[in-house]
Amino acid sequence: MSSNLFEGQLVRLSSEDPPVMAEAFARWNQNSEYFRLLDSDPAHLWSTNKFKEWLEKDLDSALPGNLLFSIRTLEKDTLIGFVAFDGINWADRDSYVAIGIGEQDFWGKGFGTDAMRLMLRYAFTELNLHRVSLNVYSYNLRGIHSYEKCGFKHEGRIREFVLRDGQRSDMLHMGILRDDWDKLELK
Amino acid sequence: MDITNSLYEGRLVRLGPIDHEQDPPLVARWTRDALFRSVLGGVARPLSAEAVRRQLQKVEKQMEETKNLFHFTIRARADNRLVGLARIFWIDFHNGTGVLNLGVGDPSDRRRGYGSDALNLLLRFAFDELNLHRLSVWPTADNLPFIKMVGKAGFEEEARRREASFHDGSYWDVLHLGLLRSQWEQSL
Repeated sequence: MSSNLFEGQLVRLSSEDPPVMAEAFARWNQNSEYFRLLDSDPAHLWSTNKFKEWLEKDLDSALPGNLLFSIRTLEKDTLIGFVAFDGINWADRDSYVAIGIGEQDFWGKGFGTDAMRLMLRYAFTELNLHRVSLNVYSYNLRGIHSYEKCGFKHEGRIREFVLRDGQRSDMLHMGILRDDWDKLELK
Repeated sequence: MDITNSLYEGRLVRLGPIDHEQDPPLVARWTRDALFRSVLGGVARPLSAEAVRRQLQKVEKQMEETKNLFHFTIRARADNRLVGLARIFWIDFHNGTGVLNLGVGDPSDRRRGYGSDALNLLLRFAFDELNLHRLSVWPTADNLPFIKMVGKAGFEEEARRREASFHDGSYWDVLHLGLLRSQWEQSL
């Protein structure tokens, strides 16, 4: 890994002006498979304007409880997804992390894993968090495999949490402690 | 179906609405005990009656606007005295899930069956009125009386988020226990 906190092997973490990110979010959400991997809310088609409104509101919030990054490839600087600390709990030094690769051509090729590794380094060396948490639905096998590679450990399974196409799926809890991450870095 | 069977009347307690005049001073007194953090959520701190009054007003406003929160006061049936607070929150009607929390405020009112009695009412409310498919509770691992109480009601440990809470000088695991509607029906 580069010594630049925001640069990995394949991607860099960046930030976009609201119109750029809003256009991308609105476009990615039209892929219902992408949305259903990401969220347990009903799939919803929001406009570019609505995303822009939300992103602009975030620009004005003083204390960051959420930190959103865009993911751009190092090779061609293509905007392919986002990753975010979604509700940082400063008192417990824990945060949930969310990631989505909106450009389907970049699925299953290590781009998300690279971005998540950057997020973990940022969490433990810059935000000084004690742990990072995530939830993933049991049908998101690609996601689960990527998180395992990053060092997340399985912490449990919330039974029958999501109902889709008439079928119930579990939601998994995964987490990585600062100690777990230190051991990986020493290897 | 028997609609004459009250959703709110238990053996020892009843579930009621907020009383914005009478409740705040009492709840403010409970917040002098840091243990009450597990009920209100967030960082423990003593709150003034006025701060509690505003918080309870905010809760009711949130109930009105979002529809994914049901907040209750727990009152002793004998004298209608406020003994605790309860809520079913993060309700996702689309997937049929929700999270439950409850607490008895005054230490001298604990271990007297008020909590279990309220829990039974809340389970019936969640499954028979809100029609949820499952319920979760999220106690920290040091909250043994609560874990024992929900265990008796059929909740099973589903996840253990390691060291996800820091309080009283150490990290504690956060447990996620769950109860499915089918399990609740069998337990009746």
